[in-house]
Amino acid sequence: MNLLFDFTVDKTTKTIYITREFAADLDLVWDAFTKPEMLDQWMGPKPWRVQTKEMDFREGGRWWYAMVSPENVEHYSLVEYIKIQPKTSFSTKNTFADENGNSKGNAFSLVKNSFQEGTGITTVHVEKVFDDLSTLEMMATNGFKEGTAVGYNNLDEFLRTLVTNK
Amino acid sequence: MRRDIFQAIADPTRRAILVLVAVQAMTPSAIAEHFDITRQSISKHLRILSECDLLAQKQDGREIFYELKIDKMKEIDVWLDQFRKIMDENFQQLDQLLFTIKNNKK
Repeated sequence: MNLLFDFTVDKTTKTIYITREFAADLDLVWDAFTKPEMLDQWMGPKPWRVQTKEMDFREGGRWWYAMVSPENVEHYSLVEYIKIQPKTSFSTKNTFADENGNSKGNAFSLVKNSFQEGTGITTVHVEKVFDDLSTLEMMATNGFKEGTAVGYNNLDEFLRTLVTNK
Repeated sequence: MRRDIFQAIADPTRRAILVLVAVQAMTPSAIAEHFDITRQSISKHLRILSECDLLAQKQDGREIFYELKIDKMKEIDVWLDQFRKIMDENFQQLDQLLFTIKNNKK
């Protein structure tokens, strides 16, 4: 089955829009985005993995998780739930965190995930807004570190981009 | 002399140097520690990469640091591209998970 995956960026509004279809009903897809035992199974690019430290899915609650490297080094992030409309949408504020689950620094992004049920298909819309360009720059720098930490696999890709941009 | 960027990245040692300095600015001796070749040939690689406009030099006291030279917007583009790939991969993992769960229910 061909499932839609759309990824667009609006730099002027510092927003990333993602639309993705999933071949499952709404209940299951909603659970996959909101239940830690499911999130831990699909989030994180291999060979990295996600490990939930704490999850409290309610408005004002939070999801504290570690991105674990192949060398078992943990990088922490915090997702705070701002607004939840069950089986429809939820909004979060995302920041980096320390090893005690405290939010680190001021840089953040705001994310809204919306869910739309179709026939045998659920469409998820993700809208990710960065607070300012410096956050995006910071993410880029951190992304670089993680990307290079993943190893030489990304190198060719990285160099290709470098060459294309020159 | 301006060189061709393809020449710069054709060499495996130079590619490895770029990866090192992408993470953080480094002195030539710190870079050399990662390789089993002479300081002299490291200097040669650094010179070629600089001539290709891929490395910038930064003076800090008596030390010279080399760092990757790409402007922030390009860095952002690279990151966005990487982020798109990560999301794509994550979602494919979710496809697999959903598929497994649905099959187990049957």
